[in-house]
Amino acid sequence: MPIKVRVPTPLRRFTGGVDEVVADGDSIKNVIEDLERRHPGIRERLLDDSGELRRFVNVYLNGDDIRFLNQLNSKVKDGDDISIVPAIAGGR
Amino acid sequence: MAKSSKNIIDEARASIKAIDIDEARRMLDQPGTVLIDVRESDEWRQGHIPQAVGIPRGFLELRIEEKVSDHKAPIILQCASGTRSLLAARALKELGYENLYNLTGGFNAWKDRGLPWVADRAFTQDEITRYSRHFVIPEVGEKGQAKLLDSKVLILGAGALGSPTSLYLAAAGVGTIGLVDFDVVDLSNLQRQIIHTTDRVGIPKTESAQKQINALNPGVKVNRHDVRLSSENVMGIIAGYDVVVNCGDNFPTRYLINDACVLAGKPLVDGAIFRFEGNATVFYPAAGGPCYRCLYPEPAPPDMAPSCAEAGVLGALPGLIGSIEALEAIKLLLGAGKPLIGKMVYFDTLSSDYVRVLKIRRNPDCPVCSDHPTQTGLIDYEAFCGLAPAANGAEHAAAAAGR
Repeated sequence: MPIKVRVPTPLRRFTGGVDEVVADGDSIKNVIEDLERRHPGIRERLLDDSGELRRFVNVYLNGDDIRFLNQLNSKVKDGDDISIVPAIAGGR
Repeated sequence: MAKSSKNIIDEARASIKAIDIDEARRMLDQPGTVLIDVRESDEWRQGHIPQAVGIPRGFLELRIEEKVSDHKAPIILQCASGTRSLLAARALKELGYENLYNLTGGFNAWKDRGLPWVADRAFTQDEITRYSRHFVIPEVGEKGQAKLLDSKVLILGAGALGSPTSLYLAAAGVGTIGLVDFDVVDLSNLQRQIIHTTDRVGIPKTESAQKQINALNPGVKVNRHDVRLSSENVMGIIAGYDVVVNCGDNFPTRYLINDACVLAGKPLVDGAIFRFEGNATVFYPAAGGPCYRCLYPEPAPPDMAPSCAEAGVLGALPGLIGSIEALEAIKLLLGAGKPLIGKMVYFDTLSSDYVRVLKIRRNPDCPVCSDHPTQTGLIDYEAFCGLAPAANGAEHAAAAAGR
């Protein structure tokens, strides 16, 4: 079940510069695991050592923050749209 | 045979119900009654009935639908003495409005009775010309423009985002603009910081920005805050402003201004940029929305979030994000439309479908803006962001300032 994932600029060095990739999985957690298989190194930027979403990274499932859904266990299905949006500080 | 003006007036009198001031006041106490003042703008400015909606006679047919879409709504027409409003009522009748009344004696009779009236801000001829495109927008108008002229906005950072934000706010006539920046203009800024100029390289950014703002709009008062924002000075600096706009460039300042605005109950318009990517939102917990900490409870460690100086930023991108920040500030000041509270617009401008609107929510356990905050004052933000406090921290932040 391929899911489209939008990759933010700071993480594109793991995806060969590509801004949108596909990954398989029935939950956010499994999609991230599959992303790691396809793009090694990306998992560590999203999850901390205990496997929780890092507190400066947000993941949106169809525009909704997964923290207010079922966190990493939020279910995903074909055609869903996942956006990864880390905190960025720039302004000057 | 052509009709004389007397014929037309007599015909109108026969078909439009005339009411006196007492009757008009009784009707205005009922919800749904609309009072339309059809006098010219300069007459309106000198004084009008508080409840009245001003539409000059010449624009009546063109603008009435915007103001009153219900053709059955009771509408009282009013001018200075009652004649122009009679003809105005006749015109509305032709448009299908059914419930029309003409106020006998008009504004003059109202004023002579000693009833309350208000005078709008007296605009200068220059202001009338300068803001003429605002005056015709229903959401701004003279009332909105007066609000903008009386408002005070603090802009944190006179750099990439601060340039378009402050220029558009100045152009819009925001009366007082505060600029916080301790930096000086550098040649490497000019690829994106369009408020500065080549001949001003080396002078303080606030001074350079002030020159440009006043060249664009001499009526704007610029307050220069040539300081590094800190836990010690932030509350004093933001105190006098209605809206704060974050055009900063580092995490410690983002958390500092967030916490300060939450504590002071002020709306914070926020924007951030990275190469071709950027986002904007409004943090306003007092209006039910989230704060920056709800969104990102902890800062990214320095090695995971390179600054603009390290990662680069495209010149036109802050034009987009900074303009949205200016727009959101103006919406907040006017009370117009729906501000980006609880919504973040996210742009990835390299892609062809580059806009996302993301829902962001209040964290019920937020340490700062929740109903049970665990942090009720300001903290050491350098330490919070994993940067060495004191002197080393200041150097680090300066290095990340995109110079």
